[in-house]
Amino acid sequence: MRPTYEPVIGLEIHAELITNSKMFCGCSANYASAPEPNTNICPVCTGLPGALPVANKKAIELAVLVGLALNCSVNKHNTFARKNYYYPDLPKGYQISQYELPICENGWLEVEFPSPQTHQTPPLPSGEGRGVRETPLSLRERARVRVRRVHIEEDTAKLFHEKNYALVDFNRAGVPLLEIVSEPDIHSVEAALDYATKVRAILRYLGVNSGDMEKGVLRFEANVSVRPVDSDELRTRTEIKNLNSFRALTRAIAYEIERQIQIYESGGAVVQETLGWDDVRGMTTSQRSKEEAHDYRYFPEPDLPPLQLSDEWIESIRTRLPELPEAKTARFISDFGLTLSEARFLTSERTLADYFERVAAKAKSPARTVHSWIAGEFMRYLNDSGKSIEDVTLLPESFAKLIDMVTDKVISGNSAKVVLNEMLASGGDPEQIVREKNLAQVSDENQIQAIVEKILNDNPAEVEKYLAGKETLLQWFMGQVARATKGKADPNVAKELLVKSLEERRK
Amino acid sequence: MPQTIETKTVKHIAFLVRLGISEEEAQKFSRQFSAIIDYFNMLNEVDTTNVPPASDIANAENVLRDDIVQPSMSREEFLKNAPQSERGYIKVPTVLGD
Amino acid sequence: MQFHTLTIRQAHQLLITKQLSSVELTQAILGRIREIDSKVKSYVTVAEELALEQAKKADERIAKGENVTPLTGIPFSMKDCISTRGVRTTCSSKILANYIPQYNATVTNKLVEAGAVLLGKTNMDEFGMGSSCENSAFFNTHNPWDLTRVPGGSSGGAAASLAAGLCLFSIGEDTGGSVRMPAGFCNVTGIKPTYGRVSRYGLIALASSFDCIGPMTRDVYDCATVLEHIAGHDPHDSTTYQTPVPKYTASIHQPIRKMKLGIPKEYFIAGMEAGVESALQEAIRQFEKLGMEIHEVSLPHTQYALPVYYLLLFAEASANLARFDGTRFGLSVAEGAKDVIDIYLQTRREGFGDEVKRRIMLGAYALSAGYYDAYYLKAQKVRTLLRRDFESAFSKVDLLLAPTCPTTAFKLGEKTSDPLEMYLSDIYVVATNPAGVPAIALPCGFSNNLPVGMQLIGKHLDEQTLFQVAHAYQQVTDWHKKIPPL
Repeated sequence: MRPTYEPVIGLEIHAELITNSKMFCGCSANYASAPEPNTNICPVCTGLPGALPVANKKAIELAVLVGLALNCSVNKHNTFARKNYYYPDLPKGYQISQYELPICENGWLEVEFPSPQTHQTPPLPSGEGRGVRETPLSLRERARVRVRRVHIEEDTAKLFHEKNYALVDFNRAGVPLLEIVSEPDIHSVEAALDYATKVRAILRYLGVNSGDMEKGVLRFEANVSVRPVDSDELRTRTEIKNLNSFRALTRAIAYEIERQIQIYESGGAVVQETLGWDDVRGMTTSQRSKEEAHDYRYFPEPDLPPLQLSDEWIESIRTRLPELPEAKTARFISDFGLTLSEARFLTSERTLADYFERVAAKAKSPARTVHSWIAGEFMRYLNDSGKSIEDVTLLPESFAKLIDMVTDKVISGNSAKVVLNEMLASGGDPEQIVREKNLAQVSDENQIQAIVEKILNDNPAEVEKYLAGKETLLQWFMGQVARATKGKADPNVAKELLVKSLEERRK
Repeated sequence: MPQTIETKTVKHIAFLVRLGISEEEAQKFSRQFSAIIDYFNMLNEVDTTNVPPASDIANAENVLRDDIVQPSMSREEFLKNAPQSERGYIKVPTVLGD
Repeated sequence: MQFHTLTIRQAHQLLITKQLSSVELTQAILGRIREIDSKVKSYVTVAEELALEQAKKADERIAKGENVTPLTGIPFSMKDCISTRGVRTTCSSKILANYIPQYNATVTNKLVEAGAVLLGKTNMDEFGMGSSCENSAFFNTHNPWDLTRVPGGSSGGAAASLAAGLCLFSIGEDTGGSVRMPAGFCNVTGIKPTYGRVSRYGLIALASSFDCIGPMTRDVYDCATVLEHIAGHDPHDSTTYQTPVPKYTASIHQPIRKMKLGIPKEYFIAGMEAGVESALQEAIRQFEKLGMEIHEVSLPHTQYALPVYYLLLFAEASANLARFDGTRFGLSVAEGAKDVIDIYLQTRREGFGDEVKRRIMLGAYALSAGYYDAYYLKAQKVRTLLRRDFESAFSKVDLLLAPTCPTTAFKLGEKTSDPLEMYLSDIYVVATNPAGVPAIALPCGFSNNLPVGMQLIGKHLDEQTLFQVAHAYQQVTDWHKKIPPL
């Protein structure tokens, strides 16, 4: 019988930091908006002879902020180091990084994953981020993943591979980069995805990284090994580089787990190596390096004195920590009476949570009603229009007023959807739109009664069938009322009057 | 005991620092390195228990830069020194390996 | 008028009293370079046009009386490892033979702002790796006192250009004696300031934690003058001190009586040439006559200074020289390159001389997996002990006196076959660099008609005391006034 295996996974997350200037020089760090290659450059970031680095204070503060958010301890004394290797995207022949004494160490993050299952058939992830198939929350478990270290380094230049040569653009060279390294505490694809998703959410909450994976501002590397369940040995691991989406991350890990299991099952041994992920073929591939083993020859960077962070400085950075997703979720549950999954959804993005809170604060309706509107029609609008929440100009008070109008039966839910889409697209006040479009809900019994009478008179055959026992026709009559009133009739009143009038005709 | 640095090691180090060397050069460097490293081994005599490395001793103050963008150098100037360039990029031969 | 023997101070007087223009002075020196430098070979590049342009500007400044500094209009030379915008900067290496920097080093900028006139760039051991200037990829520089001998290294071209009267001062660079050792061989004054006193921005790095730019001059007063102008905090160099630069020339005349001069016993041992030792002893007596108290002190880890220095230098240099890869600037040997790695291998093979190759390979070795602790880390720990040696000595005395070299200038070719023997000539000058302390070298006599140098070593950031004591010595001696018979 095939033994059952447990994967052992560690993740390295590379995240660019949002700063105005580069890590070690005054060039603009905004390489994405540079109109032309090699325009945000200087002697420092192109590695010209004699140039020297000077560390960006803001980047150091952001690194501390991330460390604090990941429950790390901050090393008050930390040092830069040179990581030596040759590559055309690395102008100095070494990368300034941190090695022995990183800026932050020994943190943790709580992740959630489905109850343990063996990995004879690794579960296939079903998509990116939010859309991932959810295991019912009752079947989920929580565990801590330790964060080994958070360190500062500089990004490399961008290399464009042409057919017989390559082109180098140094606009990205020297952009501040954070490396967040986990311990190998992750034991499933789902847990890896949850960890990566949570780190991304935290970085976005802190405003230090946009999380925009397509632009390459966040990149993953995974190291993977498998071992028999219930063993705690650490077997040979492989390192998968260049995972530039959640989908690539989960697919690559799942593939690699299965590949290693099959190697052990067929009596082979896993070779320690660096792998690449081929997204098209859906497989990991060996990256044969000419250098048999990497020997980065790290040593302390003599051009940068050790960093000394005072307690006051660290504490002043701590005061800038916003409420993080986990804390916000808990508060949303207790303050707004939301369910866990409702709260999770709203806190998945800081901007979304903030928007919800602002609408909820203005609305008289219950917070859960506000949640349904945001999770429903509002998100549908965003998805359909391809807009992000940052693009939304709709004032929270207007949104709140609209929701209250439904609660107060001033308009019907259907009409409110029309109004909401109108407001999202071109702004405006809900009351005014309702007036202009004549969408106010009709609750006046006399008015509705007249319409009901007309419909019954115009459709004697249907009335007869209803009276003969086909009571499902009531829905059809409701539809006729809705059509006649353009959806404005209060459905409860309409239903009541329809039933009453039909019953009267039985006599 | 004199420490020898074999030609194999010399070749490995030469590749690490991307120096093309011939067999004869490797042999010559091997002899010279052995003598020099042997001399360096003199440091083993020194008791450095509890002595911190000098590289870890900090200045009194941090020297940091405020996050302010400074003007960049001109690309034309930069590319003037470049052996090969194309469309504003530095051009290099195919990059194999990782 | 003999322009080429003028001190900065003398030339300044002539310039501001309009007895001489900077253009005249510059033309005279350029003429002498054309005449004599074919024998000395101190310059790699002479920037004649630029020099005359700068001299003209200096004359305008002087005419208007605006912004005139003691360096305005003074022609100088500079070691070819300091970046000069628009002027070829080679480090005397094939790999940079045609490299024209797009920017100025901070020191270059400061000198330009002061109105000094750059004549050209001087020869050196390739990337500063050497003690005789014989590791220049271009040519040997000859000692103006004896053309069959070396000028010392690595700032040999700088020292020789000054001694030969081919500039009024020179800017050298001292990683492990590279200013002081050639200053001693060529009979000029030169200072290695405290590490971090002068910006390294734009200095092509050899060993980042040792490299110090320092002036070479005809006397101590000039040396203080130049250092005043080039020292100070630089926002582009994280290792520079923020401490303000004192006005060294203002207090240079202060009395030195009762100051304590330490004689490190480890520096006066067998192996020193007799003539060097007697010159040093005579200097000590001179300081005694000047009222100083002489004390024997101990720097117990002195014998380890050389291996510490070389190990750390090799390691840092192996990384510092990685950027010379043939892709962005400098030599690029691309023929037949199938892969970018081929460009690296070919360019660096062709572009670097043997000494550079040795050092970057040994540096990579000392840093590589399995050897880091035994070599690099061990050296960094012993470096701490070297620093403590100086701290402990300076708790007893104000400054130290030592030779700059165990011998006078040796013959060209005498030590080129054995790298280790060449390293040993740096034995007296290297310890100050791992310790970061300042040291000034100045002439103190002759042995067999060749100059002998001594150095005074001071506390961190105490260049002031060095200038005072060295200046007092030059008030009662005239070794520094001796001119080579060219």
